[in-house]
Amino acid sequence: MANRDRSSGPDNQRRRLLQGGLGAAALGVLPNAATLTAQAQGTFDWKRFKGEKIEVFLVKSPRGDLLTKYHKEFEDLTGIAVGSEMIPEQQQRQKAVIEFNSGNTSFDVIAISYHVQKRLFGKNKWLVDVRPMIADKSLAEPNLDFADFAKGGLNYATQSDGRIDSLPLNLDPWVVYYNKELFEAKNLAYPKTFAEMLDAAARLNDPAKGVSGFVARGLKNANVPVWSSFLLGYGGDFIDGNGKLMTETAESINAAKMYQTLLAKSGPQGVAGFNWNEAQSLFLQGKAAMWLDGIGFAQPLEDPTKSRIAGKVGYGVMPAGPKQQASALFGDGEGISTFSKKKGPSWFYLQWASNKANQTRVLQAAAGAPVRNSAYAAAQSSADFKAPKEWVECMLTSARIAQPGLPVIAPVTEFRDVFGIALTNMINGADPAAEMKKATAEFQPILDKSEKA
Amino acid sequence: MSTLVLPPARGARFLARRRRSYFLFIVPALVVIGAVIVFPWGYTLWMSAFDWTIGSTAHFVGFDNYRKLFTNQRFLESILHTFYFTVLAVTAPLLLGTAAAIIFHREFPFRGILRGVFIMPMMATPVAVALVWTMMFHPQQGVLNYLLSLIGMPASLWVYSPTLVIPSLVLVEIWHWTPLVMLIVLGGLAALPTEPYESARLDGASEWQLFRFITLPLVAPFIAVAAVIRTIDALKTFDTIYVITGGGPGTASETVNLYLYLQAFAFYNIGTASAVVVVFFVIVLALALLLLHVREKTKWM
Repeated sequence: MANRDRSSGPDNQRRRLLQGGLGAAALGVLPNAATLTAQAQGTFDWKRFKGEKIEVFLVKSPRGDLLTKYHKEFEDLTGIAVGSEMIPEQQQRQKAVIEFNSGNTSFDVIAISYHVQKRLFGKNKWLVDVRPMIADKSLAEPNLDFADFAKGGLNYATQSDGRIDSLPLNLDPWVVYYNKELFEAKNLAYPKTFAEMLDAAARLNDPAKGVSGFVARGLKNANVPVWSSFLLGYGGDFIDGNGKLMTETAESINAAKMYQTLLAKSGPQGVAGFNWNEAQSLFLQGKAAMWLDGIGFAQPLEDPTKSRIAGKVGYGVMPAGPKQQASALFGDGEGISTFSKKKGPSWFYLQWASNKANQTRVLQAAAGAPVRNSAYAAAQSSADFKAPKEWVECMLTSARIAQPGLPVIAPVTEFRDVFGIALTNMINGADPAAEMKKATAEFQPILDKSEKA
Repeated sequence: MSTLVLPPARGARFLARRRRSYFLFIVPALVVIGAVIVFPWGYTLWMSAFDWTIGSTAHFVGFDNYRKLFTNQRFLESILHTFYFTVLAVTAPLLLGTAAAIIFHREFPFRGILRGVFIMPMMATPVAVALVWTMMFHPQQGVLNYLLSLIGMPASLWVYSPTLVIPSLVLVEIWHWTPLVMLIVLGGLAALPTEPYESARLDGASEWQLFRFITLPLVAPFIAVAAVIRTIDALKTFDTIYVITGGGPGTASETVNLYLYLQAFAFYNIGTASAVVVVFFVIVLALALLLLHVREKTKWM
């Protein structure tokens, strides 16, 4: 388990890719690819599955909107008709689980969130292993270029047993948005370490003027990644190799203490009920000096009609903890349902959705942080690219030091709920060590059960 | 004698045949009720006896889910939160709605327009209402704290405080559903006979006595109907709480509905969720019987 979580090491990742490639080559044809390879000897042709129809199941978001907008392009390219359904994230996840569980799915391609669904989908083998298709020259488009994918994304797409059951699309590392004006007023530089961060937050906190030194999510469930951001810096982890929670360790408790100090001492009143939107609106009004959250929330900050601090926003990489500097990572991608009868056309869709043109569009629309490294250069060279250079640099640096922001387990939502309540209680004064102990005792049986079943 | 024996025998046969044909006529209704009410209930009961999480195999555990629920502090607290919320969200709109109905029952200029304005909140979508209130509750930027500051009151944390969260949520319910109570009671007032008032005035009754001894008893059945509707609505409130607080801070506003939603659709613990449904059903049933009893007592027609 620990290996799985720490899998962002470059060696580890390269090895896995190699294993994947070798495995596929050695076996030649895997069962689910048998039908494909039978009809597919020879060179790659986008038009091979002309006349077929696939169903894709997306999440309602700017990224989902973008893909849907360009479906016509895919249809023209391949002659494959695309039917798509796009619903809000939570409903999409529920529907997916229920359909997979019923043994049949109405969709061929599905968008997934790695930080929530990776282990659940991997454990049940609900998505098709794409390694044989990547290895098959007649099925992998020549420009697929796996080396172009950021390693955090590829790690997310690779299961612990080496299967690659999706293609990554977007990454969401956590960063610190900071208000340059407030920092300058107090003659402070952006913090490089946790100690400096605590110090800066305390100094910038000015309740008389309604300014908070630090703001982040306090609402249960939503708040867990804030704590994980600190946990990673302290060198902690969620679960050890034997499936035991590591949430009672000194690292975990120190991270919880840091969470408590920042939010309770330098945070706004009522932060225990804040989700990202409350934090964002406070920061937009210039009433918070630092805001820790996903990089995907940057867009309105530079919009003068929505933001009072446009042009004054700094984008900081997560400061270094006592053990390491790391950014908590989230991400999404797309996979093929194992129950799909159109696996070939679906694979073509996956390749199209993750191609350079689509990835560049995501960046241009500021809809997220694409997983392809080449998209950044491509987008920056275009005239209508509006995102600040500092944001792009912050994104690239953060992606390099990124590690999963949540444990890769099936009951992620329950984990977030149990530990989220503990963290919220801490903001309201509870003792971090006692709360972590209680939460660990509560969650360990749930984890054991999920890994046994 | 023998002639007397025949008719009853024939009659019995006729009755038996009639009974059989009656039975045929109710079959369609039975099938529908069986399919949409009895079967789901039976199946929920059945599932509540299993330890089943979606994505894993189910094990029969008998009453174990119930045993766990009744030792689960979080679940027991959620029942308390539900009652706390329901009591406030029923009584406050009932009092205010009745008062508003009495005011709107009188003749005064622009009554029609004002009445229309008053019932407008009822037409709004709960989720949209909840989102607007979320912004108004914001402790730093919300309009509510701004209004408090105008009259020199200290800022409140509203839904961001574990102790104030339920009363604050009830505020939204009051705003949203007082008009409904007003409409029902106003209908009742319009249907009242005028004779008792005339004779009471002749006897020299004061305005307060007219209200206390004539209006209130006569309109009581309508208030009881409003109370039943409000209770059902308040018990099943989900959208407002889910959107505004998600059950938080911590679990301070987690009602049975929110707990159920988490178990069923976030954790996928179908067995536990089914047991929660069964327990909640028993609670709602008991309350409904109680309310029906109250309604029987207030009947006057």
